[in-house]
Amino acid sequence: MIKKTDVVIIGGGVNGCSLAYNLAKRGVDVVLFEKKYLSSGATGACGAGIRQQWSTKENALLAIESVKIFEKLSSELGEDIELRQGGYLIVIHDKKEMKQAEKNVDMQRSLGLKVDILEPDEINDIVPILDVKGMHAIGATFCPTDGHANPFKTTFAYANAARKHGAKLYTHTTVNKILVRDKNVVGVSTDKGNVKTDVVVNAAGIDSKFIAEKIGVSLPIEPYRKEIMATERFKPLFDAMVISFKDGIYFSQQREGQIVGGIPISNERSGYKTMPTFAFLQHMAKTLTRYAPVLKNINMLRHWTGFYDVTPDARPILGETPGMKGFIQCNGFSGHGFMISPMVTKILSDYIAAGKTSDILESLSLNRFKDKKIDREMSVVG
Amino acid sequence: MVKKKIIVCRCEDLTLDEVERAIDEGYTDLEELRKKLRIGMGPCQGRVCLPIVMKILERKTGKKIPKTSLPTARPPIVPVPLGTLASDKK
Repeated sequence: MIKKTDVVIIGGGVNGCSLAYNLAKRGVDVVLFEKKYLSSGATGACGAGIRQQWSTKENALLAIESVKIFEKLSSELGEDIELRQGGYLIVIHDKKEMKQAEKNVDMQRSLGLKVDILEPDEINDIVPILDVKGMHAIGATFCPTDGHANPFKTTFAYANAARKHGAKLYTHTTVNKILVRDKNVVGVSTDKGNVKTDVVVNAAGIDSKFIAEKIGVSLPIEPYRKEIMATERFKPLFDAMVISFKDGIYFSQQREGQIVGGIPISNERSGYKTMPTFAFLQHMAKTLTRYAPVLKNINMLRHWTGFYDVTPDARPILGETPGMKGFIQCNGFSGHGFMISPMVTKILSDYIAAGKTSDILESLSLNRFKDKKIDREMSVVG
Repeated sequence: MVKKKIIVCRCEDLTLDEVERAIDEGYTDLEELRKKLRIGMGPCQGRVCLPIVMKILERKTGKKIPKTSLPTARPPIVPVPLGTLASDKK
């Protein structure tokens, strides 16, 4: 194994692989360690959605800039990431939600996003199979440039492009220790040998907390099991991702024709349980067939779990760790790591390769949790 | 080429040629191969294709795949209509 490198990335999900690509492209020596296989964590279990309709300006900006990158990514990386921009339809159920939606849309439009508030009778123009009454909808917001892409293919495309630029990616390799001298990162120790480096990026999803703990850094991340299911394939019926913050449901019909979607079950507590539950299946099937009764004869095929790595404000932790030089956080994505990965890794690579910081990077630093007035992201689903 | 006509995965219409090409491209981890090609993600959940794909992978890489590292089986094992799952009838 390689003995010395500029940057070590821990974690072979979409953010780790994308960061490896962005750094390698700029001529930085990068080594990535993944304890299982690429996309084996949250990336590979996710709902594949790409949404720009957020309630906090940082998330909206990260997503808007990410979509611009996603739109060119297949040609940039030379592999099809299966991006499909069918829009996101967010169902609004009551006056309180409408108020929040109006506030969100104003902010999103100020950032240049095309997003509209729909009347109930306009909902079926976007997704014909929805039962507007059954959903108890009083309206919806719709952004036509939202959509989804294939998380596996995106991760693999980043990894392959990173390797072409000289990055070394080691799968089935576990980082056991981060080596530190005088509050400076100096290397990592893995089950296949040691590597010297001045920069370690912690992009290990729910394991990020344990990795940071090893060198006395405390990350406010809690793991939450999330369940998701896929149906059999059928002819294309709709293009948009449908979501509801009140019911927690999200679902879309993917390129191959299957519906993929999820919903939270009540009283889910933080923890590391991975078993899928029947309670989820029943709740999901009930809600989904209430939203779209025509789906009741469609077969459900598979059901799996993944984790959200949730922070107190549901926004990621990015950038260098106060008091630990060279230790960079890239975690705490709280269920939306895939969709903002292009911009997150661009910002981090600007910092790591060129020392360039930005307002967004500063606002997402670990430091913010010292301040009690955190601005919580309201638009979390699933 | 006949390899383009030999179906390995009936759910996803995958041919022997497609599987071998993916392995040649470096997808030599069964899980990564599965996620690239959607092997085992159809109605049969890999009952038909997975043993075949494992054999192809073992033959091409010369490495035995331990039975303990097989992809996770996902419930409900057999397809169930959403309407049935949504029903409260016992």
